[in-house]
Amino acid sequence: MTTFIIRRILQTIVVIFVVTLMVFLIMRSMPGDPVIMYLGPDASVEQIEHYTKEFGLDKPLPVQYFTWLGNIAKGEFGQSIAYRQDIGPFILSRLKVTLMIAIPAFILAVVFGVLLGVIAAIRRGKLIDSIITVMANIGMATPVFWLSILCVYILSLKLNLLPVQGFTWPTEDFTLSIKKMIMPVTILSLGPLATFARQTRSAMLEVIRQDFIRTGRSKGLGEKVIIYKHALRNAMIPIVTLMGMSLGNMIGGSVLIEQVFVIPGMGDMLITSILNKDYQLVQSAVFVIAAGVSLCNLIVDIAYGYIDPRIRIS
Amino acid sequence: MQNTVEKVEVNDSGGMQVVETNIPTKTSSFKRFWRIMLARKIVIFGLAILLLAFIVAIFAPLIAPHDPIEQNLLNSLQQPSKEHLLGTDALGRDVLSRIIYGTRVSLAVGFVSVAIAGSIGMLLGLISGYIGGWVEGIIMRFMDVMMSIPLIILAMFIGAVLGKGLDNIMLAIGIGMIPSYARLTRGQVKSIKQLDYVTAGKISGAGSFKNAFVHILPNCIAPNIVLMTMNLGVAILIEAGLSFLGLGINPPMASWGAMVSDGYNHLRTLPYLSIAPGVVIMIVVLAFNIVGDALRDTLDPRLRGSL
Repeated sequence: MTTFIIRRILQTIVVIFVVTLMVFLIMRSMPGDPVIMYLGPDASVEQIEHYTKEFGLDKPLPVQYFTWLGNIAKGEFGQSIAYRQDIGPFILSRLKVTLMIAIPAFILAVVFGVLLGVIAAIRRGKLIDSIITVMANIGMATPVFWLSILCVYILSLKLNLLPVQGFTWPTEDFTLSIKKMIMPVTILSLGPLATFARQTRSAMLEVIRQDFIRTGRSKGLGEKVIIYKHALRNAMIPIVTLMGMSLGNMIGGSVLIEQVFVIPGMGDMLITSILNKDYQLVQSAVFVIAAGVSLCNLIVDIAYGYIDPRIRIS
Repeated sequence: MQNTVEKVEVNDSGGMQVVETNIPTKTSSFKRFWRIMLARKIVIFGLAILLLAFIVAIFAPLIAPHDPIEQNLLNSLQQPSKEHLLGTDALGRDVLSRIIYGTRVSLAVGFVSVAIAGSIGMLLGLISGYIGGWVEGIIMRFMDVMMSIPLIILAMFIGAVLGKGLDNIMLAIGIGMIPSYARLTRGQVKSIKQLDYVTAGKISGAGSFKNAFVHILPNCIAPNIVLMTMNLGVAILIEAGLSFLGLGINPPMASWGAMVSDGYNHLRTLPYLSIAPGVVIMIVVLAFNIVGDALRDTLDPRLRGSL
């Protein structure tokens, strides 16, 4: 087990290291000069030279890369050119907003996705199974940004039930905050919810066929015990793997949803910084996302290594 | 199999089962393929939608009632009428014609990006699975890195370097989807490599190149085709998303995602400007997913659950 954990941790460190290298190289191959974007088209040659030096963009690429890496290790991300702010705290504040939407959505997706998947599997072939399967297919095919707009139209503009857009912290105004969060959270959860339902259904159907389930039935265990204690537990491996991956996808989905609901999160920041060629900020943001996703996968893997010995070997 | 005919039954789990009966006839694998594919009615619906989408894309100039990019500011934001069945947008362009031309963009993005991802991904998977060792280590770690960034953000990122526009978006989405093919193919190659017929090939003097490309690769193609079909819908959704964000197709070219975004400004007065193109995206993606699922069940039912 210890070797398994150490191996996975080393792998994650390598992945995160390569992420920094890749992000750095991609950013530097972008066309356009960030200093000119920063100063505007009327900047004088002297000004451009001065700021190029100040941002450290005159140094050779390897030097720039290792300076950046060293600074990240110290927790210093540098200055954002587009927002003129300290990047570290700025990303943190944006990340908090995105997580306020993504974490509840994640919980919704896992709980209801698994539940619906189990129901569909137990009642396979029945009407409820068909309904869940069809809904899951539709859920996976729906563009989140379009669904957001549709919900705004129906729930906000026509029925006047929920605010059109914006984000408020629960600590400021709890009721308003919940009202504003209902639509983005629910919509963000739907795609992953559909994926979880499908995955759970097929994993459960796979497990239910196996001998130990028949053994459980023949020794007289209750149906609930069989389904939730024995079958679901064994069907969880692909589902848990999916959990690790879907957290990243949720951040991707929230980029689109934040745009519709005007939520000041990571997505909005990424788009602005890409459009402004803000090297430092994009680099740091992608680094934070990739590191976060890799860490989640690491935690999921280690947790499952503990629960299920079969994982450790493969 | 020439002495049995197979009957396809949809079993109660919604999956399909090939039931062999003892009526002596000869069936071609082609017929067999279609019989399993079409055993579920919904697949016919999916194929019909796709066929319609292809026809619309190919014959767009003949079908579209108006020029999709011709502006007519005097005629902007019209309600639906006989002349303009879905009305006109803020620049006076016919919405229906733009949706029709948008089919071309979506299908092109879907097929080209999936072809890019599939060919490069399969090649990388073949190399890493066949050679193994440090080559495999490097390639697969790199794939891990790409997979640790959400696809839409990765595509945004690559697209930012390449610039906007149809070609670059196809390339960006294609590159972003490479890892899943590399992983799938690598797994396949590793298990096929150990089969007897590959050893037999080696003994009869096939070089590694021949072994890899002639003996192993063809047997990895079926699951890759399934994954490609399933990814067509994903690619279309990502393109729509990027265009919605203004990071995708360049205007004035018609893209469904960009149309949803343009219409958003007029949601209060003309909601269908935004809603109509979204419905089309949903139906086309749904059709690709249905056909992808059916293809998986037909070509390789063992993939159920893993793809």
